[in-house]
Amino acid sequence: MKYLCLIYENEQAWATMPEPEANAMMGEYFAFTDGYTKSGQVLGGNALQPTHTATTVRVRNGKISTTDGPFAETREQLGGYYLLDAKDLNEAIQIASKIPGARTGSIEVRPIMEFQRD
Amino acid sequence: MSEGSTLDASAAIERVYRAESRRVLASLIRLLGDFDRAEEALHDAFAAAVQQWPANGVPANPRAWLVSAGRFRTIDAARRDARFDASQAAIADGLEQRHAVQPELDDESLDDDWLRLIFTCCHPALSADARIALTLREVCDLTTEQVARAFLSTPPTIAQRIVRAKAKIRDARIPYAIPTRADMPERLDAVLHVIYLVFNEGYAATSGDAVVRADLTRESIRLGRLLLELLPGEGEVAGLLALMLLHDSRRLTRTTASGEIALLTEQDRRLWDRAEIEEGAGLVERAMRTGRIGPYAVQAAIAALHAESPSAEETDWAQIAGLYDVLMRIEPTPIIELNRAVAVAMRDGAHAGLALMDGILARGELDAYHLAHAARADLLARLGRREEAIAAYDRALALAALEPERRFLARRIGELR
Repeated sequence: MKYLCLIYENEQAWATMPEPEANAMMGEYFAFTDGYTKSGQVLGGNALQPTHTATTVRVRNGKISTTDGPFAETREQLGGYYLLDAKDLNEAIQIASKIPGARTGSIEVRPIMEFQRD
Repeated sequence: MSEGSTLDASAAIERVYRAESRRVLASLIRLLGDFDRAEEALHDAFAAAVQQWPANGVPANPRAWLVSAGRFRTIDAARRDARFDASQAAIADGLEQRHAVQPELDDESLDDDWLRLIFTCCHPALSADARIALTLREVCDLTTEQVARAFLSTPPTIAQRIVRAKAKIRDARIPYAIPTRADMPERLDAVLHVIYLVFNEGYAATSGDAVVRADLTRESIRLGRLLLELLPGEGEVAGLLALMLLHDSRRLTRTTASGEIALLTEQDRRLWDRAEIEEGAGLVERAMRTGRIGPYAVQAAIAALHAESPSAEETDWAQIAGLYDVLMRIEPTPIIELNRAVAVAMRDGAHAGLALMDGILARGELDAYHLAHAARADLLARLGRREEAIAAYDRALALAALEPERRFLARRIGELR
């Protein structure tokens, strides 16, 4: 079963983190990604640029409207994601707890919906 | 077939239903992989028992018989439907293959299923409300009406909460499994927490009707016993069961005939339930012997010291204060600190207790907690500081929401005036 892990963190904390600390954190992320990609449990993932780069797009009555910023202003911001392949929610929770961001932010674990298409 | 054996069989079916229906359900969920399908299979299994047991006699292992009957009937029904609806064939195949080799039906596997059900209903990925509703419905077999009445909710709300929880179990694939050793402490905590919440709702209920509340107390104690039977080496399971029994032993004296709150010092100790106290105290010792002592066991040890003391004056306050020190190390919360201050006041005098209490209240976390002000008022009254005591009771009264507590506080103020 596939799960998406959405990593929410305070991006201000990232922006103001001293460089050695930020490098150490990145190292942990690389190690996590490599380890779980090798085991086949991480199928993919990406870090996102900060929310000041975000644009929200809607189409209403056939007209495109574009606004600056993320869909919702929140205390912690979506900063990246991993796509997991796990046996069940317990295994997904175990892997999510190893994402470095889990110690400073929050990881939302969402099962991927599977569609049957003929 | 004689009329006697029919009666025997129906009495047996009723007995088995009461004792085993939830365990049978627990196994059917494993074998059929779905709560709702298992509920139907359970119903079919007992229908089969009603047909067959009077003629063939009660089987040697009724639980295993029912599990097997429920499973076969479900697969059979899917096979029958497959003749009209091809998609049913795949379902029937799937069900059969789930445990194609002889499904394990020995007592140990069936007990494991019972644990699987409890741990799944109390999974931390479910909301606290959902865990309670699901546990009471699926594990304790209370109706949604009973659960609703106990928690001042409506049956549709409770039913919806249960439906959503089952949907999450299915869609997010919460496994029907006993936690791994690494997960066990956290997962067991979640189960114990649900049981204790149910107990407290029954015991110290803020609302709801008295009969239903008695159900909740009984069910939580029953769950505690069951869990201890399944996990005999877990000190905190013994600790929680002990704590519930020791609290419950005082149920007759906690309020007066007119519904007023009676303090521990005012209660008629002759009315405390000796059998529950004895069992509770024995379980405290058992928990201590496991060497893994947690907050439930320590709280139970404190409750046991109260329960076994012939009067409030003769209580071993020194040991109680010492146990609160232990509890503070495991779980440093302001409420435990406050209780510790009360014990210190009994051991070293009201002055010592008051100094601690003033320190705790000065930090502000308990400022809106009425019982903190009531406890402080009590110490002030003992020291003869009447005006300050009245002021503290007034503060408690302003914060208290429950009618019996408000009457109790008003009575205290009246006595001091």
